[in-house]
Amino acid sequence: MTTLLIGVFLLLLLVITAVAIVRSTDLFSGVMLSGIFSLLMALNFFLLDAADVALTEAAVGAGVATVLLLAGLKLTPSTEARARPVRPIAIIVVAIIALLMIYASFGQPSLGDPTAPAQTHVAPWYIENTPELVDIPNIVTAVLASYRGYDTLGEVFVVLTAGIGVMFLLGGGRGKPFSRLHTDPPQGLSHYLIPKVIARMLAPFILLFALFIQFHGEYSPGGGFQAGAIFVAGMILYALVRGEDKALAVIPPHVLLWMSAGGALLYGSVGLLGIAMGGQFLEYSVLADNPVTGQHIGIIVIELGVGLTVTGVLLSIFHAFAARD
Amino acid sequence: MKFLGLFNYWVFAILLVIGLYALITKHNLVKKIMALAIFQSAVFLFFITMSKIEGGTAPIVQAGVSGQVFSNPLPQVLILTAIVVGISTTALGLAIVVRLYEEYGTIEDDEILALDRKA
Repeated sequence: MTTLLIGVFLLLLLVITAVAIVRSTDLFSGVMLSGIFSLLMALNFFLLDAADVALTEAAVGAGVATVLLLAGLKLTPSTEARARPVRPIAIIVVAIIALLMIYASFGQPSLGDPTAPAQTHVAPWYIENTPELVDIPNIVTAVLASYRGYDTLGEVFVVLTAGIGVMFLLGGGRGKPFSRLHTDPPQGLSHYLIPKVIARMLAPFILLFALFIQFHGEYSPGGGFQAGAIFVAGMILYALVRGEDKALAVIPPHVLLWMSAGGALLYGSVGLLGIAMGGQFLEYSVLADNPVTGQHIGIIVIELGVGLTVTGVLLSIFHAFAARD
Repeated sequence: MKFLGLFNYWVFAILLVIGLYALITKHNLVKKIMALAIFQSAVFLFFITMSKIEGGTAPIVQAGVSGQVFSNPLPQVLILTAIVVGISTTALGLAIVVRLYEEYGTIEDDEILALDRKA
């Protein structure tokens, strides 16, 4: 009951924040409110038992997305042109949609109903058979990497494609992934003492935590997507306090591009290896003598591929925005 | 009690239409991208709401503990990947906005259309 009430409170805050985002004419405050929105959303996910999702939302939504939007605002005007009159027709249309959906919600099973259709179809099978077939504690990772490996492969390629798109739009052409790095006056926050000191102390631990999330993702909440996002957040923090060129000296542009493509390639190769060893595409059981060991190997390798691609793409995107002026 | 159980769906509906409203009425392209993110988050909330089971816990098997109820892992997997795909597409949208600003000198869609008509 207490959890439910905390949930209601957080959801109300979520609605208030969403309204504030829409109403603010200053885009900077809009971006900051978006960060708060994501953090509240992550808390809600956590209350709803989705630890992996909460971790992802916190790292991606509150961390990476906020910085990317700020980097975008650096290149575009940061206020809306002018307040425009409210359009009654738009309000009427969205009010009708909202009322219809709330009406439809009365046909939905209530929160946590164990007999809901969503709970009685394939999920019990996953929960029941994962310990025997895949033998890793985190069922979310098992479903993500093994049972629904096709899906995840597709998602990795979507992320890669989006990265390629951004590089096409903002990159500097052949051989120069990032258009131009400005090295004039002190970069980033390097002339603010406190952020500088704190960030330099935090960055290595964030990167270490990302590696833990990556390689411990089978046993606790985590995996390639979360680890990639957290790693990127750590590197962005480093870039903000030390300047982008310093960050690019740690991971050079061509390494970033190889990581982006290499991760997706690694994932696909595991799938093809499954065919070569007499199984089906993305069938990990054939990778070792013992099918369960094969599953373990497959999952660790493809999670590594996911982590590499997510890190490479998100960091490339950040540098593409940051390098442009 | 029945109503509290449906509260998540109502918030989903309200967030969805807040995003939709901003998407159709705001002219600033960065604002439109933020609105799209709200819309998207609403859908995430809807999926994760469906995964919750009363008295359940996060779907991670603990050694030596039996009789646990696990929430549905499937919607969690779908949304987990969707979040990362979402940020990638947001970045792509933002890159397009930056290029539009460089070409047109504005990020208000009606002004861009007016410039296009004049040309």
